[in-house]
Amino acid sequence: AAASVHRGQVTHFPCLPSELTDQQKEFKEVARKFAQEEIIPVAPEYDRSGEYPFPLIRRAWELGLMNSHIPEDYGGLGLSSFDSCLITEELAYGCTGVQTAIEANSLGQMPVIIAGNEAQKKKYLGRMTEEPLMCAYCVTEPGAGSDVAGVRTRAVKKGDEYIINGQKMWITNGGKANWYFLLARTDPDPKCPASRAFTGFVIEADTPGVQPGKKEMNMGQRCSDTRGVTFEDVRIPKENVLLGEGAGFKIAMGAFDKTRPPVAAGATGLAQRALDEATKYALERKTFGRLIADHQAISFMLAEMAMKVELARLAYQRSAWEVDDGRRNTYYASIAKAYAGDIANQVATDAVQIFGGNGFNSEYPVEKLMRDAKIYQIYEGTAQIQRLIISREHLAKYKR
Amino acid sequence: MAARVLVGVKRVIDYAVKIRVKPDNTGVVTDGVKHSMNPFCEIAVEEAVRLKEKKLVKEVVAVSCGPQQVQETIRTALAMGADRGIHVEVSGKDYDSLGPLQVSKILAALAKKEEASLIILGKQAIDDDCNQTGQMTAALLDWPQGTFASEVAVEGDKLKVIREVDGGLETIKINLPAVVTADLRLNTPRYATLPNIMKAKKKKITNVKPGDLGVDLTSRLEVLRVDEPPQRQAGVKVETVEDLVGKLKEAGRI
Repeated sequence: AAASVHRGQVTHFPCLPSELTDQQKEFKEVARKFAQEEIIPVAPEYDRSGEYPFPLIRRAWELGLMNSHIPEDYGGLGLSSFDSCLITEELAYGCTGVQTAIEANSLGQMPVIIAGNEAQKKKYLGRMTEEPLMCAYCVTEPGAGSDVAGVRTRAVKKGDEYIINGQKMWITNGGKANWYFLLARTDPDPKCPASRAFTGFVIEADTPGVQPGKKEMNMGQRCSDTRGVTFEDVRIPKENVLLGEGAGFKIAMGAFDKTRPPVAAGATGLAQRALDEATKYALERKTFGRLIADHQAISFMLAEMAMKVELARLAYQRSAWEVDDGRRNTYYASIAKAYAGDIANQVATDAVQIFGGNGFNSEYPVEKLMRDAKIYQIYEGTAQIQRLIISREHLAKYKR
Repeated sequence: MAARVLVGVKRVIDYAVKIRVKPDNTGVVTDGVKHSMNPFCEIAVEEAVRLKEKKLVKEVVAVSCGPQQVQETIRTALAMGADRGIHVEVSGKDYDSLGPLQVSKILAALAKKEEASLIILGKQAIDDDCNQTGQMTAALLDWPQGTFASEVAVEGDKLKVIREVDGGLETIKINLPAVVTADLRLNTPRYATLPNIMKAKKKKITNVKPGDLGVDLTSRLEVLRVDEPPQRQAGVKVETVEDLVGKLKEAGRI
């Protein structure tokens, strides 16, 4: 029978508008100007020194480029995912180290935005719009990254408080955060399913017992602050529980549907930068009597780089549009993040190749892009985890 | 104390764009090319907004002449802090031939209509480099002018203007109402922040036709031809100072 195996039908056609609205264009313009005039000139030095780019972060905050997800009721702009992604791509074009430090705020805030009660939102989101503060998403541990259910940080209820003990690792903004979203295990029974065993908390960073570790020296995005954080007998009031005991896993995972599109946008921004730098170089450098851009080996590389950048952009825009339109976008968010992360690495590597010997050298901009790109295949869900999610979502369509 | 300031803002090809002459040599390519507010107009808007923040003026009105697209430029001024905008609708051939004479007539008419007591303009536009509109506007209104301003201070009912001139700096005092044109070092224009861009959407832009202001747009100029500047020729390297002098003599330069 012609009964269809074809599940590729589109019921909602994404009417990505043929043109951005005036407001979107203006937002993009501010972000682009900021990236070109203020981030790009200083990014190489921040990469060399690893110093936290607080002056840039403060400027971004002043211009309204940060904390865009925070709803208007708490002093934020309440921008759609699509609008946030437009801004993120422009900032990432300038430097993904700076952009990650800024994006980590969105990740830390998302659990509060989706699951916080009125008092928690007012308290923890409100303060982010009153001063340029940072926050962090504290889930990964030395022994558990992809396998979030393997998190061992313990939260034990004692009267009106929870006592936290454990170790977190690779926390972006770990040493700069004013508060953390923390995931800890509240049900010690190993047979308790992940969907009930964990609880999400908001912790003030200056709570006694919270000890950020040393700043980690990483391969790329070096100015971003990444640390281990130890929690030793940290006491959290029960008012700081998000939603309720046992709701943590769902909250932690739910945040990703909103934060993966901007991460994909960031990877796309990096790829666009790599493409632009490589193209500019190819139109200046000569070999064998011609511009290298006139040799097909190079022009074909540039063509494939361009294909990847355009598709990554469409992918993140689709995933943002889906969530803005009120639909569950897990499938599209994973596709966007997986694809953009992979192509960012490919495009950055190709850019170094196009620069030749110069590309390997730190006085040219592309080696930094190659180093910065790698983490996009790792954080916010590894390339492998994304494939797990996509295959699960994909197969589920067929099993229905 | 000037109650109302009129600021003229011009939509021009963005300063970073590589200009190309149209193949028929009638002008430059503008289709699909990035446009933005003339940098000197940005400085003018910034100065007006600062005067308002110091409570020396009550209202800043941004004005632009041109087709629908100039509303973007007015919106940028609103996002920087102007209170409202006026879009003077000029399009087609009229827009192609729009120049300082027509714009200054429009600004003079608006200044009377809006009862403005201060007009701040950029010293010149980066597309035509005319450096005439401010001066003509002042003449039409019979107002004093402080051009190439690198500093403006309100002193009672007068304006102290420090002007950048070839010999250095000239300080003058002029009565209000007056026209001021902004030079590069007058200030550093602020970014439009995202919250201000959103607020600007609620600010009003009124549409006006030049005819309503009694202005005749006929141009007295006809552009005959537009050409690119000549290509830069390769230089010649010489070994000694004698060779250099010899070559300069050959070329009739000395």
